[in-house]
Amino acid sequence: MADANALDTFPKLMRHNAKVRGDRPAMREKDLGIWQTWTWTQAQDEVKAFALGLQAFGVQRGDKVLIVGDNRPRLYWTMVTAQAIGAIPVPVYQDSVAREMAYVVEHAGAKVAVVEDQEQVDKLMEVRREVPSLETIVYQNDRGLRHYKQAFLKSYAKVLEEGRAVLAKDSGRYDKEVDVGKGQDESIMLYTSGTTGKPKGVVLTFDNVLTMAKAGVEFEKLTDREEVLAYLPMAWVGDHVFSFGQSYVAGFCVSCPESGATVMHDLRELGPTYFFAPPRIFENLLTSVTIRMQDASRFKQRWFKYFLDLAKRVGEKILDGESVSAADRFKYRLGEFFVYGPLKNVLGFSRIRLAYTAGEAIGPEIFQFYRSLGINLKQLYGSTEASVFITIQPDGEIRADTVGKAIPGVELKLAEDGEVLFRSPGVFKEYFKNPEATASTKTADGWVHTGDAGMMTPEGHLRIIDRAKDVGKLNDGSLFAPKFLENKLKFYPNIKEAVAFGHQRDYVTAFINLDQEAMGSWAERNNVSYASYQELATNPRVLEIIEGHIREVNADLAKDPQMAPTQIQRFLILHKELDADDGELTRTRKVRRSTISERYETLITALYDGSDQAHIETHVTFEDGREGALKADLTIVDLRAGEGRKQAA
Amino acid sequence: MNQTAPSEMAEKDPKAPPERSFGEPMLTVDNISLSFGGVKALTNISFNILEHEIRAIIGPNGAGKTSMLNVINGFYHPQEGTITYKGNVRRAMRPHMAAAQGIARTFQNVALFKGMSTLDNIMTGRLLKMHNVRAPETGVWGLDHVLSFGAGALDFVTQCLYWGPNEKEEIRQRTYCEEIIDFLEIQDIRKTPVGRLPYGLQKRVELARALAMEPELLLLDEPMAGMNVEEKEDMSRFVLDVNDEFGMTIALIEHDMGVVMDISDRVVVLDYGRKLADGTPDEVRSDQGVIDAYLGVAH
Repeated sequence: MADANALDTFPKLMRHNAKVRGDRPAMREKDLGIWQTWTWTQAQDEVKAFALGLQAFGVQRGDKVLIVGDNRPRLYWTMVTAQAIGAIPVPVYQDSVAREMAYVVEHAGAKVAVVEDQEQVDKLMEVRREVPSLETIVYQNDRGLRHYKQAFLKSYAKVLEEGRAVLAKDSGRYDKEVDVGKGQDESIMLYTSGTTGKPKGVVLTFDNVLTMAKAGVEFEKLTDREEVLAYLPMAWVGDHVFSFGQSYVAGFCVSCPESGATVMHDLRELGPTYFFAPPRIFENLLTSVTIRMQDASRFKQRWFKYFLDLAKRVGEKILDGESVSAADRFKYRLGEFFVYGPLKNVLGFSRIRLAYTAGEAIGPEIFQFYRSLGINLKQLYGSTEASVFITIQPDGEIRADTVGKAIPGVELKLAEDGEVLFRSPGVFKEYFKNPEATASTKTADGWVHTGDAGMMTPEGHLRIIDRAKDVGKLNDGSLFAPKFLENKLKFYPNIKEAVAFGHQRDYVTAFINLDQEAMGSWAERNNVSYASYQELATNPRVLEIIEGHIREVNADLAKDPQMAPTQIQRFLILHKELDADDGELTRTRKVRRSTISERYETLITALYDGSDQAHIETHVTFEDGREGALKADLTIVDLRAGEGRKQAA
Repeated sequence: MNQTAPSEMAEKDPKAPPERSFGEPMLTVDNISLSFGGVKALTNISFNILEHEIRAIIGPNGAGKTSMLNVINGFYHPQEGTITYKGNVRRAMRPHMAAAQGIARTFQNVALFKGMSTLDNIMTGRLLKMHNVRAPETGVWGLDHVLSFGAGALDFVTQCLYWGPNEKEEIRQRTYCEEIIDFLEIQDIRKTPVGRLPYGLQKRVELARALAMEPELLLLDEPMAGMNVEEKEDMSRFVLDVNDEFGMTIALIEHDMGVVMDISDRVVVLDYGRKLADGTPDEVRSDQGVIDAYLGVAH
């Protein structure tokens, strides 16, 4: 029997927050250029009405409610609303094309969708033609929808109005609904982006999400005074825990940016205290700082360099509480006043207490850069199946190449082949309608296969090398971990993406994707004219630069006897950027190896048959859904020429 | 004009245009002729623009499209013919009077204040709507003028202060501008100096400034020139939305035939200063004269 007083579901936690901190802000959103705030009480009132409204329109216990859109308070409230009446929210990546959405709608059997605007309505109307089970679409923003007369379309305001009418008649009904909910109930279904095959619906219970959110809050001592900007997709488990779960547990306020393009402005205005970003965002920020400093006056550049060098030397030690000479401490204070403080202010990091990064390996220099400025940036390791948290780096034990220790409540072990396994209260219930996949991922005694290959450092920290299934062998039997190589390459600002090949081959080769911002800035400063990415990619001077980077990586690899055989022998720069719309990357921008091998088979052949040119025609999908073809002749650079193959030292 | 779509049709295509209905002629030009010395820019041009429609003026280079817009706008004064705007017949008017009567425009070559931010540029469009600012008065220099000058001077003083009625006024005007910023999705460049923006965005800011005037008739001079396909699609969407949401009447000049045929209700075709054709996109498309003018005639 459910316990009405236990705080074991999010609707109950919301009610609790409205009671104990009713006047504290719960959510903010920038509207017409001004931050609008809702307190916990106001949020609770709206959720009450919306829940009864949805119920009046036929949503029942166990139904799935699709949620699509940018981070908006009302969409976050839709999650808790659905949970209050026993329905299960299913957030979907807002940039999914109709085809991807149709799969989720059909698989989940969603009856109702709550969406942000016309863009999503149009997509779902297309979906509805194939999947008629979708009965109702509720939209939040009515712009452009004036002439849509279909009966299954309802505005958020209309549903709310309906709900208020019910509420006026039966004020106790909402509480009764909430009381029925209990911790073991399914709280949310998140679709994993899936580097292979169709996405899987991961079902998490309230207990899963709440326990792990609480564990994170306690581990990092988060309070209700934290300031968080919710800008990552709502369909991603990280956002669900950081911007939803932990907010309800700790009672802090979550702010939504004005639009995707204004995130950096909003970050600066808000000054969050708790911040998550994938490594890519930290990289982009650093790249833009570097580019802007190149345009600064010479005096400023020297000033900047002096203090950054100082920070590099002592900044991390000061952050970790190690001993540093008084003179250096004083100089670091000066630096804080003249350089670090203003820089952090520009980046929106002035008030940051805790920042996480995860998802991919972060470049040691990038990681060190932020830490040396006094930003407590940490890495964590997690997955959807674990309700995020598996390991976190504890304060004072932070290194660029590990992901930290298992947090309290999580057990960790390595399989014989190096695969990481874990067991915790956050372990997912099941993959929706997919018992085979559930069985193969989760053992009977609760251990979950992560699919990642890792190792333990002597200090007990976990280090992730690659996806277990991607680790292969060269023909001479040496270990080949493509992601390890790719990450080394991607640490160069000029390289945005890399794909390495070598499994069952004689030597290692790679595709390179340029970072157009960094490379474009170089081109501008060096009077290299180019009209498109493709032209930049085929420029001989660009090839030379990339070749230099790869030689450096090879020299670094040569130092490690285990990795030396995997030095990159031949490479080419791809004529187009790898894109999620073409299926080459997942929506979270992870490389899909099989798709790339298929699409660029001719190029891979050319990398191994000794030719120095390759011709390619690729089919591309533009953002508006139209399709076209790209043709190019690419130069293959052979690093063995002249120098001979470097041997391990 | 499109027929009403039956309900199954609407079900099939969510983007099917709804039935469009237009009001009375808002602007009628009758037998307009304009010449510069010996050059005849426009010869006997007559057409009208109905309330709430999107009216396109097309033609090859030098056909007189921009001259036509300048005549409507009051910038050029035609030698012959009349213009009837909202029932008032006139031969010519001054551009600021056109603005006061509800005609706003954008320019072929972006004409923004490059050093000012997007927001400030849009705010300039609100000038005539500001309560405490007196529009320039006409008439003879007299007591009236002195008084209004005095009041103007007082306004100037109060506007130097942050507090008081001007604060309220500023907030009122800013709200309107912010609504436009939201509408055109340019929040991220709100505070960026316009000179630093790419061309496509500058065009959008210019449209925003014209919208800030709350015009009844919006004149767009090649709103999509120099844009890539994606920018053109965005702009077309915005033009349609402006017409739909604000109910504004729009006259636009455009080179891109595809765009014109897609978004306009009626098209008038000019060539060498003469009217070649006038009608719905389909009628114009099949007009032999238009085909000849665009594709050339075999000699």
